[in-house]
Amino acid sequence: MRFWRFQPPLSRILDFTPTLLSLVAAFFVASFLLLVLDANPLEAVRAMGDGAFGNENAIAETLVKAIPILFVATGICVAFRGGVINIGGEGQMIAGAVAGITVTLALAQSSGIVIIPLALLAGFIAGALYGGLAGFLKAYFNVNEILSTIMLNQVAAQMMNFLLNGPLLDPTEAGVNAIPKTARIAEAAELPRLFFHVGTIELFARTRLHYGLVIGIVLAIVTYILLWYTTIGYRIRAVGQNEHAARYAGINVKRNIMLAMFLAGGFAGLAGIVQVLGLQYRLQTDGSPAGFTGSAGFNGIVAALFGGLNPFGAIPASIFFGGLLVGAQKMQRELGVSASLITAINGLIVIFVVSSQFFVRRRTLQRTNSILPQVESVQTVHPIPPLESQHR
Amino acid sequence: MIDDLFTASVFAATIRLATPYIFAALGETFSQRSGVLNLGVDGIMLMGAFFSFYVVYRTDSLFLGVLAALLIGGLMGLVIAFISVTLKAEQGISGIGVYLFGLGMSELLFQKLIGTPQSVAGFPRLNFPPLSDIQFLGIGEIFFSHNLLVYVAFALVPISAFILNKTTFGLMIRAAGQNPEAADAMGINVARVRYITVILGGMMSGLAGASLSIALLKVFQQNLTSGLGFIAVALVYFGRWRPYGVLIGALLFSFVNAVQLQVSAIGLDIPSEFAVMAPYVITIIALVFASKRSEKPTALTKPFERGG
Repeated sequence: MRFWRFQPPLSRILDFTPTLLSLVAAFFVASFLLLVLDANPLEAVRAMGDGAFGNENAIAETLVKAIPILFVATGICVAFRGGVINIGGEGQMIAGAVAGITVTLALAQSSGIVIIPLALLAGFIAGALYGGLAGFLKAYFNVNEILSTIMLNQVAAQMMNFLLNGPLLDPTEAGVNAIPKTARIAEAAELPRLFFHVGTIELFARTRLHYGLVIGIVLAIVTYILLWYTTIGYRIRAVGQNEHAARYAGINVKRNIMLAMFLAGGFAGLAGIVQVLGLQYRLQTDGSPAGFTGSAGFNGIVAALFGGLNPFGAIPASIFFGGLLVGAQKMQRELGVSASLITAINGLIVIFVVSSQFFVRRRTLQRTNSILPQVESVQTVHPIPPLESQHR
Repeated sequence: MIDDLFTASVFAATIRLATPYIFAALGETFSQRSGVLNLGVDGIMLMGAFFSFYVVYRTDSLFLGVLAALLIGGLMGLVIAFISVTLKAEQGISGIGVYLFGLGMSELLFQKLIGTPQSVAGFPRLNFPPLSDIQFLGIGEIFFSHNLLVYVAFALVPISAFILNKTTFGLMIRAAGQNPEAADAMGINVARVRYITVILGGMMSGLAGASLSIALLKVFQQNLTSGLGFIAVALVYFGRWRPYGVLIGALLFSFVNAVQLQVSAIGLDIPSEFAVMAPYVITIIALVFASKRSEKPTALTKPFERGG
């Protein structure tokens, strides 16, 4: 394995061309939808941009929304690079949040320096085991991980509902409030608010921005190093690129599939507990999976694809999708177009990014580092071997 | 207690609730047998459910409602076929894209065009006197008290099996899914076969959505299907890519659903969350058992490149 590796800048730019073209294509389709819905697309873009980045608080809210997306997207990068399609971010976030808040509430008397690391660890482990379960089923029983993770999302949501209506229910809230939620965490367990001193101004001082952003960015950087500068990452990517070649090279394919899902699940689990410790200060839901996660488990997939399945790309991509979500609320208020437009746009972006691989393949037939790894279905059809080679 | 759980009405509900599973899973069977894994089923179902509901809500015409579901389903099938056959995109993730699009779009249109929860009269319950009045073992209620779409769904099972196994077109579908190179060499247009099956699958997914919104539930709301389309995809694995196997799986799942409804109706002391969770857990277990089998179409999820 090469110790360092730099891509020539031109090919790096080319790597992101299909992504940007996908965005343009999704924008055009979305504009068409808005016109059909009797709304001015330019007005919608203006409202969204204003809502997402218009002032200090808007930017902070965008970053706040981006935090769980970034965690999940970083994990998705690992999973997809390992050839595993993890759609279970929602369930893994829930698993992490449930385990993390249990630890947090149990240690309520301790100081923050004890609670926060232990809660994060619990969240990571719970999410990792939950994701690892799908990886195990894929590795040893060949169970399609897309289907299993989607089912596990629903299972996790119901398990959370059960716990929030029973063992974890806030004792002071029992029977009072229709929203199932846990008790509030101790103040010592809260992730500190994040703000910057710029000259005499305290940027983001009066917003909800918290240290989860820093943890997320560090995680993305560490993951980048893990994937491209360590043997662990090399093995995961080798399995993702070509399972058979990896096996011949002596790499344990099953174990690396599980490891990729373990890490992806763990990162999503961190997203869940960070959401609790940094923002909500308790675990609450409306009963659906998205009630707690805000669909970050799905948005993380979109952000990861959009960021070229590279943790560094996932950072701006997550902020972009966080901005879409925050901006959509303003668009909904001003133009009366439901914020679920964003879900539809996310779907379009996924379709366009994945479809654009066709043009990438066509343009650079010899280049091997296409954005998508060789998942089961991207395998190219092997040319028929010459006749004589079959008789050897 | 057990007697309350297995009443005639539970079995009647089993038959009724199997409808969306059967439509969606049969459609998916066609596309998977031809080699295309369409994971956008749930998204298509949501769009089919919304469009049929909206048309019926506006026009009171059940015929137009079903037509709308078939059209939007076929259209989305066409898009999926273009993505996975022509552009040869990765089928797993692109299916999730289609799902997200359907999820967001159906909700968006619902908010814009209807806004508040409404219900429609929908497909009426049919009566077949004197069959519907048979009290013995509740046969009248179980088999002869359903709406038209229920009977259409069950009728499609032998029809699909016949098409797949006994017709030339069925042979072409299986060849495209089993060995596209050989099929191509035999003069079969693999791409065209796959286009047809995926569009057909889309239409049936749309119909599955309609069966929810204008026949079974008679309402539309956000995420009406709550993942039913993904279970339908799993049912195809469970049913070994055979229509009758799919039927058995559909009945198993609708039975679980029916019991789940009954459990909450008679107030059994089981937390409702576990009842809701059951179908998803069973799906995972079913997938584990289905995975050991080798009937899977060999070329499933593999794009076909001519002259490769």
